[in-house]
Amino acid sequence: MTTTKTPAPAKAPAEPPRRRSISEWWNNLSRFQQWIILLPLVALIFALPWLNPPLITTEPGYDFSIAMFDVARYCLIAIGLNVVVGQAGLLDLGYVGFFAIGAYVAALFTSPDSTLWKIPYLAAIPLAMAITMVFGVILGSPTLRLRGDYLAIVTLGFGEMVRLFADNVDALRGNRGFSNIGAPPGTRENGEPLFANFDGKPWYVLCVAVIIVILILAGNLERSRVGRAWVAIRDDEDAAELMGVPTFRFKIWAFVIGAAIGGLSGALYAGQQGFMNNQRFDVLTSVLFLAAVILGGSGNKVGVMLGAFVVAYVPLRFLSIAEWKFMIFGVALTILMIFRPQGLLGARQRLLTYGRQAYQRLVGRGEVVSSDTAMAGGKSLMNGGNGAPK
Amino acid sequence: MSQKDQHRHISGGIVAEVAQMTEAERREHEAEVADVVATDREFAVGEGETLLEMDNVTVRFGGLVALDSVSFHIKRGEILGLIGPNGAGKTTCFNAMTGVYRPTSGRVLLEGKPLGRTAKYRITRKGIARTFQNIRLFEEMTALENVVVGTDARHKTSVLGALLRLPRHFKEEKAAVEKAMALLEFVGIADRAGDKAKNLPYGYQRRLEIARALATEPKLLCLDEPAAGFNPAEKDELMELIRKIRDDGFTVLLIEHDMRLVMGVTDRIVVLEFGKKIAEGKPEEIRNNKAVIAAYLGVPDDDVA
Repeated sequence: MTTTKTPAPAKAPAEPPRRRSISEWWNNLSRFQQWIILLPLVALIFALPWLNPPLITTEPGYDFSIAMFDVARYCLIAIGLNVVVGQAGLLDLGYVGFFAIGAYVAALFTSPDSTLWKIPYLAAIPLAMAITMVFGVILGSPTLRLRGDYLAIVTLGFGEMVRLFADNVDALRGNRGFSNIGAPPGTRENGEPLFANFDGKPWYVLCVAVIIVILILAGNLERSRVGRAWVAIRDDEDAAELMGVPTFRFKIWAFVIGAAIGGLSGALYAGQQGFMNNQRFDVLTSVLFLAAVILGGSGNKVGVMLGAFVVAYVPLRFLSIAEWKFMIFGVALTILMIFRPQGLLGARQRLLTYGRQAYQRLVGRGEVVSSDTAMAGGKSLMNGGNGAPK
Repeated sequence: MSQKDQHRHISGGIVAEVAQMTEAERREHEAEVADVVATDREFAVGEGETLLEMDNVTVRFGGLVALDSVSFHIKRGEILGLIGPNGAGKTTCFNAMTGVYRPTSGRVLLEGKPLGRTAKYRITRKGIARTFQNIRLFEEMTALENVVVGTDARHKTSVLGALLRLPRHFKEEKAAVEKAMALLEFVGIADRAGDKAKNLPYGYQRRLEIARALATEPKLLCLDEPAAGFNPAEKDELMELIRKIRDDGFTVLLIEHDMRLVMGVTDRIVVLEFGKKIAEGKPEEIRNNKAVIAAYLGVPDDDVA
């Protein structure tokens, strides 16, 4: 306890300025330069399961490629949940419900155990997204008139309802579940299917590719009228409405888009597992998803992926402590909320397509001049540093 | 601090350029800015005609009558002051106009058409924008982003359009940023365009609220105590800004406690007390109105009888 506590205060004052300068440096790079730097990083991320680096690897306890797929899956979920919680500020405790619907749609339309007609797995993915979007509207339209805690309770109920449906509706086969769920086409040299559930590598690559696409699309939304409406709603819903934002409509959209990403990750999960029953969609999973978002920094896409990595990876890497994971995460979150309430990386969104050029022209500087870490200590100090021209 | 300032000037940007302009250049630049800020909406009423009318508006909260059949009108192009002691119903009046409260009875008419039960965001789009008595900015956004949210009130990009970046998205984004930058210059806070709203000094926040409201291209701009917490010098600057806004083609409704400011800037004044309108007229008439003086200073008991 003492060992963890001593370095913390020593680090705290030094950390914010350092992080700020890195982000400032990054923001002042052109898009092209940013891509140049990102490309090798992306390549490295894609290559991870093959590299299987020592220390980082989860083997021999747990297959590393499958572990990495799990991490990627959590990242995707965190990005989706971040749209709802981080950007629009709608506390959703039943996100696992959307995840479950996506998984069940994939199972129902591809598993031989289901009585429905079958479609290829790759067609089941968009279908899963479409159906979860419909559920997003169904859940959202009556409940999004509620705010804060009330909304959280209703969404919690929604998550449980989905699980109970899976338990009790015969067509969903409860505990018996669905086996032989479909996978993308492709075979190996030895004739086995490429996307097999014993090998996580192809699934991991697929999932990372999906994440990149989703990140680009989510970025498009963020740097547009939609992202601004969401953040406006999060910051002050009444003021947003009075500034001409149709708040209800954009809240529904946040729900629907979050739901679609949840459904997508559910469908990927079902495909990789190859078997799906009612045992994996409890409230705890929902809370774990939310913990990833809060831990990493609600409202910050990089942050939530970092949070998802921690939440998914740590229990797989250290199998001996896996059964303690909820206690460890609980303690970690509590400590984090005391010292860094905004999460590992604070909320930061860029909401303008031409923001970079605009700031450059107005004040001759890349981007955000003021600190992201205003909630942390040293706020006044840093404001003084920026100085109001008086 | 001085070193920082130096850096700001050297590093360039419009703000630095303006600081080095000659008087004539600066005037020309300001005219350009004002031109971008000015609204180019079509009005159903001409200059000097009634833009907004409060027609016997009553707002009741349970047993409390916050507004008691208040009627007045605002002419296009004027600055109307709305004054009254604390609790007189000024902000309630604002809230009834902007759709926050529904009048218990009576009507609010914009350009002769009743607002009825129009949703709040639609009222904004129809042309009434407001600031708040207690500042309510989007704190996590930069100043520029705050203003662009205001311009979004007139935008039509759909979620799909933004997701796929259709041409309209780019067109609107470009226009919005141009307008927002001009607005920040117009209200005089462009030097901190990139700062989060919560980190701005108080005076900047007040001005940012005005810029954000103007960005919705309102036909009527309602300012709810914009000078609260200002020192005399800042109040003078604000008066100047309000006049500039009017000269740019906006109609202004101003709630304010500071008499010097109200008397100095308004064309007409409406006085409320206990939810009732007790006087209406030009500033000098209001200044000498017995009922108004009584409302503000009180009257000896024997005079009332």
